[in-house]
Amino acid sequence: MITFLIILSIVLAVLAVGQLMRVFEATSKLKGEVSPLPTDAENKYQAKMMLVFLFGYFSFFVWLVARYGEFLLPESASEHGIVLDNLLDFNWYIIILVFVITHVYLFYFPFKYVFNKDRKAYYYTHSNKLELLWTTVPAIFLSVIIVYGLSAWVDITMDETPKDAISIELYPKQFDWTARYAGVDSTLGNSNYNMISTSNPLGVITPASLAQKIAEIEAEIAEFESELSLAPEGGLKQEELTELIAKRNRQREKVKSFEALEGLNRGNDDILVKSEFLIPINREVAFEFRSRDVIHSAYMPHFRAQMNCVPGMVTEFHFKPIITTDQMREKTQNPEFDYILLCNKICGAAHYNMQMTIKVVEEEEYNKWLAEQATFNDGFTVSDETATTEEKSESNEISMIELK
Amino acid sequence: MATGHTDHHHEETFISKYLFSQDHKMISKQFLITGMIMAIIGMVMSSLFRLQLGWQGESFWILNFLLGDKWAPDGILDPNMYLALVTIHGTIMVFFLLTGGLSGTFANLLLPLQIGARDMASGFINMLSYWFFLGSSVVMIASLFVETGPASGGWTVYPPLSALPQAMPGSGLGMTLWLVSMSLFIVSSLLGGLNYVVTVINLRTKGMTMTRLPLSVWALFITAVLGVLSFPVLFSAALLLIFDRSFGTAFYLSDIHIAGEVMERTGGSPILYEHLFWFLGHPEVYIVLLPALGITSEVIATNSRKPIFGYRAMIGSILAIAFLSFIVWGHHMFMTGMNPFLGAVFTFTTLLIAIPSAVKAFNYITTLWKGNVRFTPAMLFAIGMVSTFISGGVTGIILADSALDINIHDTYFVVAHFHIVMGLSAVLAMFAGVYHWFPKMYGRLMNRKLGYAHFWVTFVCAYGVFFPQHFLGLAGVPRRYYSNSEFPMFDDLVSINELVSIFAIVGAIAQFIFMFNFFYSIFRGPKSSANPWGSNTLEWTTPVEHVHGNWPGALPVVHRWAYDYSKPGKDQDFVPQTVPLEEGELDGGAGH
Ligand code: HEM
Ligand SMILES: [Cu+2]
Ligand SMILES: [Cu+2]
Repeated sequence: MITFLIILSIVLAVLAVGQLMRVFEATSKLKGEVSPLPTDAENKYQAKMMLVFLFGYFSFFVWLVARYGEFLLPESASEHGIVLDNLLDFNWYIIILVFVITHVYLFYFPFKYVFNKDRKAYYYTHSNKLELLWTTVPAIFLSVIIVYGLSAWVDITMDETPKDAISIELYPKQFDWTARYAGVDSTLGNSNYNMISTSNPLGVITPASLAQKIAEIEAEIAEFESELSLAPEGGLKQEELTELIAKRNRQREKVKSFEALEGLNRGNDDILVKSEFLIPINREVAFEFRSRDVIHSAYMPHFRAQMNCVPGMVTEFHFKPIITTDQMREKTQNPEFDYILLCNKICGAAHYNMQMTIKVVEEEEYNKWLAEQATFNDGFTVSDETATTEEKSESNEISMIELK
Repeated sequence: MATGHTDHHHEETFISKYLFSQDHKMISKQFLITGMIMAIIGMVMSSLFRLQLGWQGESFWILNFLLGDKWAPDGILDPNMYLALVTIHGTIMVFFLLTGGLSGTFANLLLPLQIGARDMASGFINMLSYWFFLGSSVVMIASLFVETGPASGGWTVYPPLSALPQAMPGSGLGMTLWLVSMSLFIVSSLLGGLNYVVTVINLRTKGMTMTRLPLSVWALFITAVLGVLSFPVLFSAALLLIFDRSFGTAFYLSDIHIAGEVMERTGGSPILYEHLFWFLGHPEVYIVLLPALGITSEVIATNSRKPIFGYRAMIGSILAIAFLSFIVWGHHMFMTGMNPFLGAVFTFTTLLIAIPSAVKAFNYITTLWKGNVRFTPAMLFAIGMVSTFISGGVTGIILADSALDINIHDTYFVVAHFHIVMGLSAVLAMFAGVYHWFPKMYGRLMNRKLGYAHFWVTFVCAYGVFFPQHFLGLAGVPRRYYSNSEFPMFDDLVSINELVSIFAIVGAIAQFIFMFNFFYSIFRGPKSSANPWGSNTLEWTTPVEHVHGNWPGALPVVHRWAYDYSKPGKDQDFVPQTVPLEEGELDGGAGH
């Protein structure tokens, strides 16, 4: 079917070109007294085409709305999203009005005032009145749009996060997400990229993970040193290993310095989950974002929420879900419907498939689910090896250095 | 004000005439042809990745044929190659076609001719500008053949993705070549731009005051100013990136753990890169758009046989747009976690740009009102350009709104918006310019019937490709996605993608009508007269056969503005700028 369509379009195009060549040959026969200007017939024809196009363009628009309008995002599942949807609709009314009016004139005038050698155009150089009119009218409309838009923006981004908000960290890397809940103490534990290891994908800092990381680094140093003793004198290998050992030593010092941090135990009860996370309905959720490697962007279109995840920075966004997954399944009449977290900043080969399912549930169900999850201190149920994303890129195949 | 340099006839060899030419008319042709070649490459790339997007995961022999087993095994596009194609497509279209190609062609052709100068201020620098442009094009194309693939981080090449070869294969040698190419490109732009600015300021002929300049000159002049002020910032961004990639610095890097290793370099921020990039990036869209508006002004006025409406307001809006374009770059960064207050400021300044833009659109429409419209192919393209400028411009109001941007940032809505307002507008205007000034460039006429066919297929396909993409964006489909079949929520949209791809491929094939018409007419088109469209501007007072120094005798003297079309009391419906004002006659542009 598809190949057929392609072949069909190519054949049509070829035929069209062939046909045109014929016309072209015919006209170029008349060469010699060729006028550069269109003939009356051509002018008339193109003038009519203006209206045909105008009609076709508007029909296409209407058809697209009719055909695909229902497949756009369903109603907002977050509180602030309702404000945004209204704002968007308001913008649409103005925009579509302007679009239609200007297009009608843009294509109608050339049609109406098609060339006629017995007529002269109206020599009309400017009109201060008119120009003032179409400077001020857009200015007024824009002021309304600006005020309305900015008040929504201020409400969404500049309000205080409520005290009872649930804290969740969303942590991307090439190419998957991990969600971290704050646990019973409602505070996320410290974390640092120097702490990352197979068993600690987010680099959470707790007394236990510190000890473990230091041991890991030391084991590595020991291994490098034994390799070094076997490496030929003055070779490349020797240089490399010496450098690696120095690097690990510096990392160990860094990691050791974390022992002085306050609240080391805050991370003990943190909960890490992959591929799906739950949030309760009608509770404010405060998200924090970091990134392990490159810029990603956490995009949750059903909640009208997005924020970039930038290495070296912590960014934030919070919203309140108001429709559970089950309710939304009913509303959309789609028993398979799920809220989705996508990556929306180009981040490499599998950028197109970094997803996590979000489930909005009633508070009891949420509490029950959370209680069942293992805490960071209990050891993790998730580890890097279970990365769900297809590892397609070559860069992915660069094997993780095994940290024992 | 004229140069002392007059028409001396020295013997020209093939090399000095066609290759190392210092004549602005020849350099203009060089830019045009180079730009066209780049455009074809960019267009073929878009057709290739449209095959993947339209029919996801299907096998196409052509992909395998063109890209080989490594990048399209079994005829299925590799995701890394998809990103590489998108990246180079965007880079080529924005920089090589619509910056170098568009400004290079028309600033070179029109500035000296329309202001009454013998040539550019410096023919030599002008030649260098072309050769840097060619060099950068060659490097960019060469990067396609690198083992690990060309740059793939998107045309914006944000670090750390672009800074670390571990992050993606395209960030290896391909990215290095991208940076080399762009550095050469920036040098070319700066050399060209400085030359254009100096030429317009110093070499205007007698009587050619700033308020008698055609709008095309104003537009190209301000474009050059924008380029001179903003490209150095891109250069600094690129330079710091080169340092981060090759010399162990950390301007853009911090707290990174990649490919199983901790990176020790800390303290930088990728956001710094974004600021530097978009400080160029936003003016860049006007560097693309202003020449397009300038060309459109000339074509619409000439073919409506009517003065451009509100000449001074048009200049005012060009200046306003140019000024504002430097204080809106943050609208590309609303979602980077910037201070919300700053976001609000950028929303405000961005929406202000809508006002001068609206003025321009209304003035074009009023120019058509009670005109005497001749539908040359150039005129059709110019009308089409005003349509895309409006259709794409209005959605900018949505994207400028930081609150609304939360949900549509980086989706296909953005792709639809910028393709229509910048890509289509500039491409349509470039076609308008080529059809309109072809007789000036080559002394011959292009075929009109083919021009009509080319216009309608292109215009319909252009909307067919980009209009439906608004709907993808509103459904939440992110851009730069190799495939969206991994998400059941996008399954209902499959047919949009198919529709778009069909339009894209038909539209691409239709460009051969133009190619044929263009090259055929260069050699076999009917000879043109000196002023085929009955225009007022000075370029049409030069002889059909190009002469070095443009005018065989003395330079023309200008007596009036460029838009005395259908002036009451004149027998002809145009009055060239060289015709003296009659006793008591007011100059249209100056009069209030
Ligand atoms: C032949 C017609 C064209 C088609 C079919 C086409 C199609 C596309 C598509 C589908 C994308 C990828 C969107 C994504 O995955 O994010 C894209 C990206 C892009 N296109 Fe085009 N395009 C065309 C012409 C142009 C023109 C004339 C311009 C000039 C402004 C342009 C500039 C860009 C840019 C800047 C990007 C972004 C690249 C990036 O994401 O890094 N395109 N194009
Ligand atoms: Cu990502
Ligand atoms: Cu911008």
